[in-house]
Amino acid sequence: MADGGKRHTTTRPRPGVGEPAPVRRLLIAATLLVLGCVLVLPLISVFAEALRQGLGAYLASFRDAEAQAAIRLTLLVAAIAVPVNIFFGLSASWAIAKFAFPGKRLLITLIDLPYAVSPVVSGLVYIMIYGANGVFGPWLVAHDLQVIFAVPGIVLATIFVTFPFVARELIPLMEEQGTEEEQAAMTLGASGWQTFRRVTLPNVRWALLYGVILCNARAMGEFGAVSVVSGHIRGKTATLPLQVEILYNEYNYVAAFAVASLLAMLALATLVAKAVVERRAGASTAEVAAELQPREAP
Amino acid sequence: MSIEARHITKSFGAFRALDDVSLTVPTGRLMALLGPSGSGKTTLLRIIAGLEQADRGSGQVLFNDADVAERAVRRRGVGFVFQHYALFRHLTVFDNVAFGLQVRPRRERPDKAEIRARVGDLLRMVQLDTLADRYPGQLSGGQRQRVALARALAVEPQVLLLDEPFGALDAKVRKELRVWLRRLHDKLHVTSVFVTHDQDEALEVADRVVVMNEGRIEQEGTPDEVFHHPATEFVMRFLGEVNQFHGRVDAGRVAFADVELDAGDLGRQDGPARVFVRPHEWEVSLTPPTQAAIRAVVKRVQSAGPVVRLELQTADGALLNAELPQETLEQLGLAAGSEVHVTPRRLRVFAADRAPPVAGA
Repeated sequence: MADGGKRHTTTRPRPGVGEPAPVRRLLIAATLLVLGCVLVLPLISVFAEALRQGLGAYLASFRDAEAQAAIRLTLLVAAIAVPVNIFFGLSASWAIAKFAFPGKRLLITLIDLPYAVSPVVSGLVYIMIYGANGVFGPWLVAHDLQVIFAVPGIVLATIFVTFPFVARELIPLMEEQGTEEEQAAMTLGASGWQTFRRVTLPNVRWALLYGVILCNARAMGEFGAVSVVSGHIRGKTATLPLQVEILYNEYNYVAAFAVASLLAMLALATLVAKAVVERRAGASTAEVAAELQPREAP
Repeated sequence: MSIEARHITKSFGAFRALDDVSLTVPTGRLMALLGPSGSGKTTLLRIIAGLEQADRGSGQVLFNDADVAERAVRRRGVGFVFQHYALFRHLTVFDNVAFGLQVRPRRERPDKAEIRARVGDLLRMVQLDTLADRYPGQLSGGQRQRVALARALAVEPQVLLLDEPFGALDAKVRKELRVWLRRLHDKLHVTSVFVTHDQDEALEVADRVVVMNEGRIEQEGTPDEVFHHPATEFVMRFLGEVNQFHGRVDAGRVAFADVELDAGDLGRQDGPARVFVRPHEWEVSLTPPTQAAIRAVVKRVQSAGPVVRLELQTADGALLNAELPQETLEQLGLAAGSEVHVTPRRLRVFAADRAPPVAGA
């Protein structure tokens, strides 16, 4: 988002400014080496391992009922967690950016909590609350509701972990945009909902989409918190990352890496989507920048 | 529609932005709220619009004698032009202007063709019909200002409120637009209030001017009244350049800088006083006039411009500013070093019982 405009400012170092050429080359080479070892090689090896026994074995891994159940579960969890967090993120950032109320700083800090807490800890907290021996445990058991070691627990843990993604993208932008356009809409007779739908939402659409992409990637890829509450019941409560772990622990490398390659492709798709959105958002930022320096022709 | 504000008080924390302010704008008038920043003028405008609430228990806002306290902003029928325009950045000029019509409930909403026709009329009126498909980011400041005005007028408001309408424009565009705003008002006769810190703007455009300072109204009147008959020292200082003297009033005469003159209507209170003379109100002569005059030496002559500006120094070292027509300068043959006698054609005396206000523009 914010660095959307940076692209335009990258310029060749002027002569006499910056490092001499050999130093520059050395630094670039070192960076590429680290990137290669840490990012590119592992990514390639995921696909290499997955395809080690040929395309047939690779594709066969997805015909497995458990793998398909894991895919379905992951999609289901994301399909619930992402909309919930869109709703929450929009409401929270609307409230924080457009209104003044006591406890605002506290709310912002709370939104950041999932960033700060280890996912494993958040998983454990859910067990403490919703587990059989937890706070709501007896009540849940009495009503025959299972949260922990079941889909609701996985969804809850995922929502918790992906909580800040949308709100964090929207709050700074909405705060920067201020409330004047909303006030203008109100003086023109728009209701609260019309103001939100016709003014606020279109102004943050790219930031929202960006937040949704990141939120979705995390929702599908979350391991720690989900691992604690899922119970690893094969074909039932194993999401894609958990399925990878199960297969790997069984020395079923081809299947493990095949499933892992799905997650890797999700990551690549996320990066592409992110780049596209950044470009569009960058374009509208440029528009705003142009607005700040009006051409003075009456 | 007439606007009336009665006993409005507004505080932001410990800061009192408005202190028991009352104001009436008769139907069809164009009124300026003039004051330095922090004087409460924008707050008053926003309270009239309903964008801000007066302090609990204080005052009322009435449109056509009806209290509008219970009417939300969107039901007050006000057109509001924001200082920074607040155009919808994701909508074209056309859609910005059409917004107020498009958000109406279905029963009251004009059909598409009518909206198109009405927006077209408005854009022609503000001379922007060729730019209907542009986005706000592609317009100049003056163009944006006119879009903001067309957008506010599209809902056919009973009241038009403008917050520093020309504040963000450069000097030339500003002058053109204020002439244009005055003509527009003469055509539409919508009751209008605009906020400004620029005295020329207020005096030139408005029917009536309200001068505000520190949350209170200092004076209300026609531009002539506030300029020629300032009610307070603040108004005197704020509405133009002044030469200031410390003096003393005694039995209707004021003594300052070696002279004693009639103190005028304002100087009826005996005791220490401050005396103000505007630069163009000096009578400058080479020979001593019949009435009391101050002796001074010309330090500097600045004759580029419609009037000549003189910097004078009195015998006791004080500096005075005077303005003369070019012909007078030529007749007198003044240059730096000339000795002159100056006497005010007009002066204003204010009792010095208050702490001196912050120096105005």
